Amino acid sequence: MSFINIASREINCKIVYYGPGLCGKTTNLQYIYGHTNPDAKGKMISLATETDRTLFFDFLPLSLGEIRGFKTRFHLYTVPGQVFYNASRKLILKGVDGVVFVVDSQIDRLEANIESVENLKENLNEQGYDLDRIPYIIQYNKRDLTHLASIEELHELLNHRSVPEFEAVATMGIGVFETLKAIAKLVFLELKKSHR
Amino acid sequence: MDAPSLMFEEEFEEIQRVCDKLYSDANGKVVFIVDKNGQPIAAAGELEDLDLTSLATLTAGNIAATGGMASLLEESEFSTQFHEGENTNIHIQIIGQRVILVVIFDQRSSLGLVRLRVRKTSVELTGIFDRLVSKAESPGVKSPLDEITDEDIENLFND
Ligand SMILES: Nc1nc2c(ncn2[C@@H]2O[C@H](COP(=O)(O)OP(=O)(O)OP(=O)(O)O)[C@@H](O)[C@H]2O)c(=O)[nH]1
Ligand SMILES: [Mg+2]
Repeated sequence: MSFINIASREINCKIVYYGPGLCGKTTNLQYIYGHTNPDAKGKMISLATETDRTLFFDFLPLSLGEIRGFKTRFHLYTVPGQVFYNASRKLILKGVDGVVFVVDSQIDRLEANIESVENLKENLNEQGYDLDRIPYIIQYNKRDLTHLASIEELHELLNHRSVPEFEAVATMGIGVFETLKAIAKLVFLELKKSHR
Repeated sequence: MDAPSLMFEEEFEEIQRVCDKLYSDANGKVVFIVDKNGQPIAAAGELEDLDLTSLATLTAGNIAATGGMASLLEESEFSTQFHEGENTNIHIQIIGQRVILVVIFDQRSSLGLVRLRVRKTSVELTGIFDRLVSKAESPGVKSPLDEITDEDIENLFND
């Protein structure tokens, strides 16, 4: 849930990167962290296993400039994608303003992507959110690899709502900032609507 | 219970005063308040070399994790936590099920004193946050977002 501090003139929003294990959520945040102005970002926190799998979450605070004299601050989180960390995923989703679903485009991960969307839907429902209404962006990642599912097929299987979608190679930064800007924009538009 | 979604000047100042007072009454190093989503709300004390944003997020993550454990054990929450280090200790208290009050202290203070002061402060903060939340929900209140246009949002991303 967004937090608007009239006293310090700040708007704070929470964005969560979701998706199956190893799809590239942490890589998205790392790229953003590595390519953002030092004064626009805070420290990136990664609570990870010894093999660099996300254990609880990654966190990156970002400033995206001012709107009408209000500083905009985004808190980016990733969830752990591995199936058995579901309890943690639920916790991270609390208070979310927008979700980026990172798809692993490899054919042999199709099943995992579908299960992860289902899991997202369930976990959102439990918190009283609806995946069909929340600000939502889909990123088709790992487009540099071979044995990929086509965008048409992925769209058909994963993007029923026809939300904005982006192709990406997170390791090289392709599509990373496009995705971030798109979700930030949706979150603002929604914020404006819901505060009316 | 929901974290506050709007913070007003008046309550903000009140909360800040409460933090300042607790900081001195408890002989703490640092006192801060963070909401359950990890947004820092107010802080007092030795803040110069402190990464408050990170601390706030990890505190909220910690409370979320313990809250998850509580519900598995059919407890409503574990409202107090204490972590003891060699030089620094942390006392964490959930206030009115909404926000988290953190006191960091060293040998200049003691757990007993911190506990005592936190208990008193809790009551005061619960009152302020209850008022804040009902104020934010009252119909006449104007959100600063009312004036923001789609164009403003568009402009934020034109770089
Ligand atoms: N070739 C290629 N590799 C990628 C891409 N994005 C991520 N990777 C690699 O995929 C692996 C997993 O990436 P992570 O970002 O850690 O995945 P994650 O989604 O955070 O995984 P969990 O934390 O387990 O949920 C790493 O070795 C990345 O370098 C990409 O676009 N192309
Ligand atoms: Mg990860």
